[in-house]
Amino acid sequence: MRGVRLLVGTKKGAFVLSADAGRRRWEVSGPYFAGWEVYHVVGSPADPDRLWASQTSSWFGQVVQRSADGGRTWAPVGNDFAYEGDAGTHLWYDGTPRPWSFTRIWHLEPSLGDPDVIWAGAQDAALFSSADGGETWRELAGLRRHPTGPSWQPGAGGLCLHTVLQHPDDPSRLLVAISAAGVFTSRDAGATWSPANRGLRSEGVLADPDADVGHCVHKVVAHPSAPQVLYMQKHWDVMRSDDWGASWYEVSGDLPSDFGFAIAVHAHEPQTVYVVPIKSDSEHYPPEGRLRVYRSRTGGGDWEPLTDGLPQEHCYVNVLRDAMSVDSLDPCGVYFGTTGGQVYASADGGGTWSAIVRDLPGVLSVEAQALP
Amino acid sequence: MTEAPGFLGDLGERALVGTAVVRVRLPVQLRDLAKLPLEVAVQVDGAVTQRSVLDALERAYPLLVGTVRDRASALRRPFVRFFAGELDLSNAPPDDPLPTPVASGKEPFVIVGAMAGG
Repeated sequence: MRGVRLLVGTKKGAFVLSADAGRRRWEVSGPYFAGWEVYHVVGSPADPDRLWASQTSSWFGQVVQRSADGGRTWAPVGNDFAYEGDAGTHLWYDGTPRPWSFTRIWHLEPSLGDPDVIWAGAQDAALFSSADGGETWRELAGLRRHPTGPSWQPGAGGLCLHTVLQHPDDPSRLLVAISAAGVFTSRDAGATWSPANRGLRSEGVLADPDADVGHCVHKVVAHPSAPQVLYMQKHWDVMRSDDWGASWYEVSGDLPSDFGFAIAVHAHEPQTVYVVPIKSDSEHYPPEGRLRVYRSRTGGGDWEPLTDGLPQEHCYVNVLRDAMSVDSLDPCGVYFGTTGGQVYASADGGGTWSAIVRDLPGVLSVEAQALP
Repeated sequence: MTEAPGFLGDLGERALVGTAVVRVRLPVQLRDLAKLPLEVAVQVDGAVTQRSVLDALERAYPLLVGTVRDRASALRRPFVRFFAGELDLSNAPPDDPLPTPVASGKEPFVIVGAMAGG
């Protein structure tokens, strides 16, 4: 491996952090798209120098940028995200119908095998796909037209589609997660969708805590060598599925708090999972002001705090849902960014941590790329 | 700057016909995005209105489609404002004729991002 590249989206631009395989000395470049919110920057698994960035602004809307040279230069591609047909309505916070309205792209998910294929998760929740590298986009409207669509309500961050997974053994199987509608899966490349929330419980949030839809799923991750196994950080609860979302069970175990946003799986150990517990849904910072990553080596249930190099007092940052990632080197690198602008790195699977940078704008997303 | 409801009627301006070259001043975010200077000149055929100027701007610089006006509604994005001199045209009907100094190219049609914190 040549090294590692971290693609960091922040509230005021994007940054690229690069290191050799030792991952001790880092070069920082950026900001790219200065002044704009960059919700996500990601590279193609099929062509690591092909990157995409979701650049967004409450003032000037949505732009998708693409790089062909690992982030040194960028050019805008298509930004026409049109809902198919009559968009209809979903529910607003107050329970009244509200027309579907495009705001931004939260998450970009490149195809595992084709560098021209990419999906984009939108607010208000919809899934778009491109087969030409992002030049043109088409809504996979079967998702939003699911019979439950008119009942979907936004979470505090908006009605956002933030997770897209492609099954590694079957490219026609897709999974998405929406706050606060929950998980949906497709077996026909996104034409039709079914809720995949059995086992999720949202007590005190939903009238029926076991409802088919309406759960505030924060993030879902998978491991390529155990494709049926999924891990989820829900609003409250860390969950696991052993059947690609057909059913879920709780693995929060002995975590100090099972609220949080980010979750990641070790690159080589499908049973090793990382979360960053956050105190509560009203106090978005680590319990006791101590920033701790928790690692389970047993697929959840039993968790150990990882603290070496992380602030253990007076720390009141948050780690957002797309702001944690792993590389595929050995030992596995683990990375996360905070709303306080720090990007922390561990080159030993979480045993020790150090800050690569401390003073970026608030971090929205971190993606690690191992460079061949 | 002052809001100008109905200012066009008060000034008695009329849309210019034929072809006009209109100066458009862009905010820094859009200049950076499209790699453009502070001002661009666009050719407007027929009546010089907010809509015809923005249509011409988007034809000349397609990267700006969706950044000034919402793609779906074709309405001004909420935090974008339009000015001609000291007149705030943001809420003026989009098909009203623009003031003569703008339509004649003497003054620019100014697009700004609304002031906000954060």
